[in-house]
Amino acid sequence: MAEKSTSREQRLGVYVCHCGVNISHTVDVERVAEVAATLPGVALAKTYPYMCSDPGQNLICADIKEHDLTGVVVAACSPRMHEPTFRAALVSAGVNPYMFEMANIREQCSWIHDDKEAGTEKAIDLMRSAVARAGYLEGLTEREIDVTPEALVIGGGIAGIQAALDIAEAGFKVHLVEKEPSIGGRMAQLDKTFPTLDCSACILTPKMVDVSRHPNINLMTYSDIEDISGYVGSFTVTIRKRARYVDVDECTACGDCVDVCPVAVPNEFDEGLATRKAIYQSFPQAVPAAYVLNMDECLGTNPIACGKCLEACDKQCIDYDAKDEVVEIKVGTIIVATGMDIFDATEIGALGYGRYDDILTSLEFERLVSAGGPTGGELVRFSDREAPKSVVFLQCVGSRDATVGNEYCSRVCCMYTAKQAHLVREKLPDAEITVFYTDIRAFGKGFEEFYDRVRKERVIYRRGSVSEIYRRKGRLIVRGDDTLMGEPVEIEADMVVLAVGLVPRPETDGVASFLKLSKSSDRFLMEAHPKLRPVDTAVEGVFVAGCCQGPKDIPDAVAQAKAASSSAIAPMARGTVRMEAISAKVDEDMCSGCRICVSVCPYEAITYDEKDKVSRVNEALCKGCGTCGAACPSGAMSTIHFTSGQMRAQVLALIGGSDD
Amino acid sequence: MAVSLQEKYELLGCIQCGRCTAGCPVSMRTYLNVRRVVYDGMTGVGPTDAKGRPEAWNCTTCSNCTERCPKGVKPMELIIGLRSAAIEKGRIEPTIRDALESTFKHGNPWGRIRDKRTEWADELSVPVAAEGEAVPFLFYVGCTPAYDPRAQSIAKALVALFAAAGVEYSTLGTDESCCGNEIRRMGEDGLFEMLVEGNRELFGGHEVGTIVTASPHCMNTFKNEYGEPTPDVVHYSQLLASLLEAGKLTFKGKVEKKVTFHDACFLGKHNGIYDEPREVLEQIPGVTFEEMDRSRERALCCEGGGGRMWLEATEERGERLAETRVKDAVELGADYLVTACPFCLMTLEDAVKTSGNEGKIEIIDLAELAAMAL
Ligand SMILES: Cc1cc2nc3c(=O)[nH]c(=O)nc-3n(C[C@H](O)[C@H](O)[C@H](O)COP(=O)(O)OP(=O)(O)OC[C@H]3O[C@@H](n4cnc5c(N)ncnc54)[C@H](O)[C@@H]3O)c2cc1C
Ligand code: SF4
Ligand code: SF4
Ligand code: SF4
Ligand code: SF4
Repeated sequence: MAEKSTSREQRLGVYVCHCGVNISHTVDVERVAEVAATLPGVALAKTYPYMCSDPGQNLICADIKEHDLTGVVVAACSPRMHEPTFRAALVSAGVNPYMFEMANIREQCSWIHDDKEAGTEKAIDLMRSAVARAGYLEGLTEREIDVTPEALVIGGGIAGIQAALDIAEAGFKVHLVEKEPSIGGRMAQLDKTFPTLDCSACILTPKMVDVSRHPNINLMTYSDIEDISGYVGSFTVTIRKRARYVDVDECTACGDCVDVCPVAVPNEFDEGLATRKAIYQSFPQAVPAAYVLNMDECLGTNPIACGKCLEACDKQCIDYDAKDEVVEIKVGTIIVATGMDIFDATEIGALGYGRYDDILTSLEFERLVSAGGPTGGELVRFSDREAPKSVVFLQCVGSRDATVGNEYCSRVCCMYTAKQAHLVREKLPDAEITVFYTDIRAFGKGFEEFYDRVRKERVIYRRGSVSEIYRRKGRLIVRGDDTLMGEPVEIEADMVVLAVGLVPRPETDGVASFLKLSKSSDRFLMEAHPKLRPVDTAVEGVFVAGCCQGPKDIPDAVAQAKAASSSAIAPMARGTVRMEAISAKVDEDMCSGCRICVSVCPYEAITYDEKDKVSRVNEALCKGCGTCGAACPSGAMSTIHFTSGQMRAQVLALIGGSDD
Repeated sequence: MAVSLQEKYELLGCIQCGRCTAGCPVSMRTYLNVRRVVYDGMTGVGPTDAKGRPEAWNCTTCSNCTERCPKGVKPMELIIGLRSAAIEKGRIEPTIRDALESTFKHGNPWGRIRDKRTEWADELSVPVAAEGEAVPFLFYVGCTPAYDPRAQSIAKALVALFAAAGVEYSTLGTDESCCGNEIRRMGEDGLFEMLVEGNRELFGGHEVGTIVTASPHCMNTFKNEYGEPTPDVVHYSQLLASLLEAGKLTFKGKVEKKVTFHDACFLGKHNGIYDEPREVLEQIPGVTFEEMDRSRERALCCEGGGGRMWLEATEERGERLAETRVKDAVELGADYLVTACPFCLMTLEDAVKTSGNEGKIEIIDLAELAAMAL
């Protein structure tokens, strides 16, 4: 690779930003500019209060024209923040955007030091090293690649459903992949929803039906993602559609097969509180409205073992020989909406969950009070089928708790507890209802008002945490601290409901690893920027929506789904995407064919050409991480825009060495 | 300047949720409200030593508060700190002072002379390591099993079990000194440090390999508080479980009794050893084992730890927890309430008498029960 440009041919403009006082309070910006002006190749050096502002950018444009600058260095904040801003300024002044370099004297200097003298010295070093590198920069051309006008949505909870509908409505084809036999996710399990008390099924079912009917949506339920490769605009996705043994298009959900099936297993939709057959429908409103046969649970399909369902089905839509089907699709963008699980309350042994039948998780409680649930909505205890006289709710179970490694607040449990307390009152006018809480988080629209209403329905909120539940004379004893009273209390309860927190689903892991998505410290998927790019990921063309990104309620999950879908639509509507011109490049004459680069590339962007016996880089897959360049023993691999010459100049300037 | 309690015990993490007080076994029996103690330390308003806050002496150092605090605060350590501050200023109860003095002078808190430490073994043949002799496997008896007439039978039972299983071991005879577990919890940091140093030297001189202890208290401090390198230590219940599993220990006798098990705080809550004692129980021929409702991590403390063997509660409401425990076991219909800790053994046995349950139930150590089945 030619590194023809040397600092002597460049005419650089250097701009040092005050960032209000963010930088100037610990860095003498004037001095940084003075030193810059003396460096070889620098035509001018200036300071300005806010370089990113319009006047700041205009200053650069005007200087480029007036002084015929060939490149620009800005000493300011992180390039993650404003590199795109300044590159755009260069373009508008007719200079190639890659002739730009940034020195981060804010995050890496002023914000972390208090000694102005030393801070200034460091800022000068950082600026000097940026200028040195800028001397070796070259103009580069970005590539445009075509975008397949189809999207993939992974997960058919409310977030995935909404995202799929929005994309389909915009006129693009969507593949919606759901691992369960029906879409609906957690929301389908809920009875009512806070704070408005809408019936969950009543607002969800129409959307599920819309999905099944939409001509632009290809719904694949009971399906798993087996592999994803490719890049924005052109992902290849392998999907295994597990055999249902029931023809989805023919089955009318008459239920004749269910009547004859002799198997009974715990029904996961009812959180194991009821049973279902080996051939079943998850719930009455399931979409697709068709049965599914779980072969692992089936007694055997030959007539000696069982085979009763086949006989019972008049429409003959059961096929015991059905096979899994593996399909491959191409999509331009992907939305991950794999949702959440609930915290496993057996992890906190002192609470006795799993030991006593009458301690329920909140999700079990949702099923218990649901008209479609195991008791038909009757609120009774499992131990004796009697209505409880005293119901105690415990908030923050498995949330905000370092002992189980979940330090975050789960955001929905304060409100769903209020909702559930209300439902108890609705069904049992005389019951005593107690809620143990540490802090009430009622931050959403209508939340505080709802909390006010519920308290007035004779729900006693006691401020304090519960440490232990045990049994005395047949009754559950909830041992808590009433911190306002300043005394520990024991409350007798007939039923205890644990407001378990939300945790990431393990099923998200596979998808995350195919797509190389990162996680935040709470183990949920990480967004590209917590404030400004909340549904983007670090992988271009891949977006997140709903609880896979962090605990949230339905309104937030839907809002995020709408944001993710509009972001996913953008490149499809444009038809092409621009790729940064930074990628690895092989000097084929120098390549020895050792293939070390192939093995180290984390993005599988390098392939080995058996015929020519050299490695080749797929520029669309390459993220320009530089791993291969560092590993190549022959010096054949380099990274455009991060060439050895550029890096060398930058490092030498920093350590004060010289080229010889 | 002295470091404030707030800084020293990192109290600012506390959200005043109250889980510490909610789980504190003595919080409904005495005026100790550990959340309040944390709050006062956090805001800097309360007394800074246990003299000004006598209820701090009621803590049994069961560790519930510390184990369960969702924010990683260690309220139990704060309480021990308040005790230390009181001791530094010489503001201590006479019974505690006596125990500390005896430990300083004779290496045990029971006020007995060092020469009598091996009296329990007089009729037995128990190997004692000679000066400088290497001890690959040490049976660390501990002060209570060595001196207390009731608890001595734990040590004796273990000797019988070791013999039956062919375990080669040695003891340190009268050279053995207090482990310091209770000393640290009474707040005598200086004496504790001295014991650690002395014991490290003693163990080092004998090139001690693995240590088995009769009491979970000794195991706890060796394992968690002696610093690096951590001594290789097990409680005897762990050793018995592994001997049984390896087939080295077998029971020829039978004990036709219904038994239940009381988890000692220093075995269970502090060190997570719940399964091994039950594994041993379940292998004793004839034994019918039934759990009490409050078992494992929900086990009720007997109030024998944290120096409480040398101090009554400063004020009391309701029945003693050991009595509650005995009643629960009687209600279950157990013949034996089994434990694996000398302090539990003593407090529970006392509670049998005070709660009028004599003749209805017997308190017995796991080692004693196992030895009955040899
Ligand atoms: C007890 C309880 C009560 C609640 N009450 C309320 C309430 O009253 N009001 C409210 O606003 N919110 C409530 N919530 C929160 C609400 O449930 C969530 O906000 C909502 O369900 C999130 O939807 P989602 O689509 O992000 O995730 P989910 O509902 O979890 O959906 C994710 C979907 O993705 C599928 N999936 C996962 N991994 C894969 C994979 N690898 N491949 C294919 N498919 C996959 C799953 O099967 C599932 O169908 C409550 C939550 C709980 C636990
Ligand atoms: S063949 Fe299997 S699924 Fe069908 S009825 Fe029999 S057990 Fe049920
Ligand atoms: S939402 Fe409420 S109950 Fe849930 S973790 Fe946060 S504070 Fe606790
Ligand atoms: S449990 Fe921890 S956070 Fe809660 S009140 Fe006690 S010390 Fe504070
Ligand atoms: S250690 Fe046990 S007795 Fe002491 S304050 Fe904590 S919970 Fe209470």
